[in-house]
Amino acid sequence: MTSQNTQPELLSGGAMLIRALADEGVEYVYGYPGGAVLHIYDAMFQQHQVKHVLVRHEQAATHMADAYARASGKAGVVLVTSGPGATNAVTGIATAYMDSIPMVVICGQVMSHLIGDDAFQETDMLGISRPIVKHNMSVRRPEDIPYLVKKAFYIAQSGRPGPVVLDIPKDMTIPSQKFPYDYPKDIKLRSYNPNAKGHPGQIKKALATLLAAKRPVLYAGGGVILGRASDELTVLARKLNLPVTNTLMGLGAYPASDPQFIGMLGMHGTYEANQVMHNADVIFAVGARFDDRVTNATKKFCPDATIIHIDIDPASISKTINAHIPIVGLVKPVLQEMLHQLEKNKGELDQDALGNWWHQIQQWREVHGGRYDTSPSHLKPQAVIEAVHRHTKGDAYVTSDVGQHQMFAAQYYKFDKPNRWINSGGLGTMGFGLPAAMGVKLHYPEAEVVCVTGEGSIQMNIQELSTCKQYGLGVKIINLNNGYLGMVKQWQDMNYDSRYSSSYMDSLPDFVQLAEAYGHVGIRVTKAEELEPALERAFALKDKLVFLDIHVDPTEHVYPMQIPGGAMNEMFLSKTERT
Amino acid sequence: MRHILSVLLENESGALARVVGLFAQRGYNIDSLTVAATEDPTISRLTLVTRGDDQVIEQITKQLHKLIEVVKLADLSESAHIERELMMVKVKTTAEQREEVKRCADIFRGQIIDITASTYTIQVVGTSDKLEAFIQALNGTQILETVRSGVSGISRGERTLSL
Ligand SMILES: Cc1ncc(C[n+]2csc(CCOP(=O)(O)OP(=O)(O)O)c2C)c(N)n1
Ligand SMILES: [Mg+2]
Repeated sequence: MTSQNTQPELLSGGAMLIRALADEGVEYVYGYPGGAVLHIYDAMFQQHQVKHVLVRHEQAATHMADAYARASGKAGVVLVTSGPGATNAVTGIATAYMDSIPMVVICGQVMSHLIGDDAFQETDMLGISRPIVKHNMSVRRPEDIPYLVKKAFYIAQSGRPGPVVLDIPKDMTIPSQKFPYDYPKDIKLRSYNPNAKGHPGQIKKALATLLAAKRPVLYAGGGVILGRASDELTVLARKLNLPVTNTLMGLGAYPASDPQFIGMLGMHGTYEANQVMHNADVIFAVGARFDDRVTNATKKFCPDATIIHIDIDPASISKTINAHIPIVGLVKPVLQEMLHQLEKNKGELDQDALGNWWHQIQQWREVHGGRYDTSPSHLKPQAVIEAVHRHTKGDAYVTSDVGQHQMFAAQYYKFDKPNRWINSGGLGTMGFGLPAAMGVKLHYPEAEVVCVTGEGSIQMNIQELSTCKQYGLGVKIINLNNGYLGMVKQWQDMNYDSRYSSSYMDSLPDFVQLAEAYGHVGIRVTKAEELEPALERAFALKDKLVFLDIHVDPTEHVYPMQIPGGAMNEMFLSKTERT
Repeated sequence: MRHILSVLLENESGALARVVGLFAQRGYNIDSLTVAATEDPTISRLTLVTRGDDQVIEQITKQLHKLIEVVKLADLSESAHIERELMMVKVKTTAEQREEVKRCADIFRGQIIDITASTYTIQVVGTSDKLEAFIQALNGTQILETVRSGVSGISRGERTLSL
């Protein structure tokens, strides 16, 4: 509220937009200019609170904003022009949507009176983005801009987070048309109430079920990270002596170095995690959504398990797998309530049963144990990730692209903290890794930020090496160069008699020269003994972007791998072994 | 199973597209859909007839709830309710058929709302089943056009879906 004796300031729509972002605490906007947003860019130029980062392709702007959100928990902001600017942002919006990442995307639009005429650079961005956003809105009157910005952030960041698109016709931001500016403090929508705390009766039932369990497992997903509930999760898991598995999106939610951690589950999960799930009598799912890359065939999924499921989104509960004890609520307050009830009721765990269960788990751990073959002639990608883990003391932000390298990073970089592992799990977007690393590095310049990528993926947004130069973003690129679209090749090996239909990348660039052409440092590693000195040098070059082009075994596959159509615990363990 | 969902929606442009898009995107059926503003002009009511097993209907209602503009919704089929649909049928009528068509309309409590030298237009109101039955009963008459409103529904007794 403005006090009675001060007149609200008069601002143009464009200036109101930027001021509203500043009032929302936004430090950086990632974007690319064009006709429909020129008034906004001019307003941006005339202030210094909100800084603009000029990418080289709008997709990169969305991934930068997205990764900033994944690392910080706050919505990232994108600004693009109408038409091609907006459509270039679509992949990034879909990427954020699939992983429930808060993001506000501001798109220019042609002048209101031209909408519907197929005007120059007009696309129906509300229509295009509708299936891949949490919400979208368009500005009809310039004076609504502060309210709509507030609403966009509120929706993006609350409940199950997600991207929000705000479409702004050019005539909403005309510099000469000014309106009183007042940024709302709070907002309430009668149709949207995202703050569920969980039903206490259900929570009690869940706790009783867990206390009585003989073969329990805690299955934690990205919701724990988004909900900032790792501490509560960790305390509860230890109190109940639960084995803990994390999804691809949940890595770091529970410390990987903890003895109760049994690794990632699902398609490329550990043998022990998938066995524990399959044989469990109680599955305690927290902020996870029983994705098809986790469950394998749903008909054969965990036959003996009573399922407790905490999620803020009721639509995620009993969507693919029926939950016996559903709890709709934000994970943090629900886990706090569980801890509180546990404190009071002093229920006894079945120590004998749990002892047997842990004994069994220990045996499963020994079956595969993350082993991989070594090769006298080739560097193994797994070994590279282990070396990166050592050199960064396990404390880096690691972004990745999509493919085998992503799975190796997930399996072998042991994440002990939440918000450190940044990858496109839901959409599986190649091209995500580099811009994501940039978004993190910009906000955490002191932190080590590593992008694990492949020679296929990196080329999908390689132009951003130029943006890195402009803003001095010293990320380390670990290019696990196997000369193939490796994950595609792996499927062709396994299902198509090694017919490598378009999975070989001919005429790859010289990545070292390429990095240098952009003004960075490039290092090539082709032999095992070159790896340590190369990493040594790369991480010593503190503020430099170093592109490590590491040639790894082109024949390597990712294991374990669930057998399609099977139960969770049916897996290939190597090229020659299966369960 | 056939379900009638009644949905209160913010009366904003794009809200209806979001509901329809949801059904298309997730592969849910829509048998009929009607929408109009309520006595409160900021709220529209949408009545939608869909089909699916319990699990599908549960997902549909949850997904609808997730749409920011959906204020409230109810599955009318879960309790006692009244449903009505309006249909207008234009039939070709020869002089000798007229009496028969009129009789048939009377049995279904239909009204003849327009006449030309060669056509009758009949209005019938009722459940969807009744409208189907009427079309069957016109067997032998040449139907030129049918126009149906889609189903509207309301709960019986004290129960309401309102703000
Ligand atoms: C934009 C996009 N296109 C296609 C795919 C399908 N795809 C998944 S993994 C992969 C191969 C990736 O190759 P590379 O980046 O070299 O990684 P590698 O598997 O070799 O480690 C492809 C083509 C995808 N995930 N994203
Ligand atoms: Mg490759």
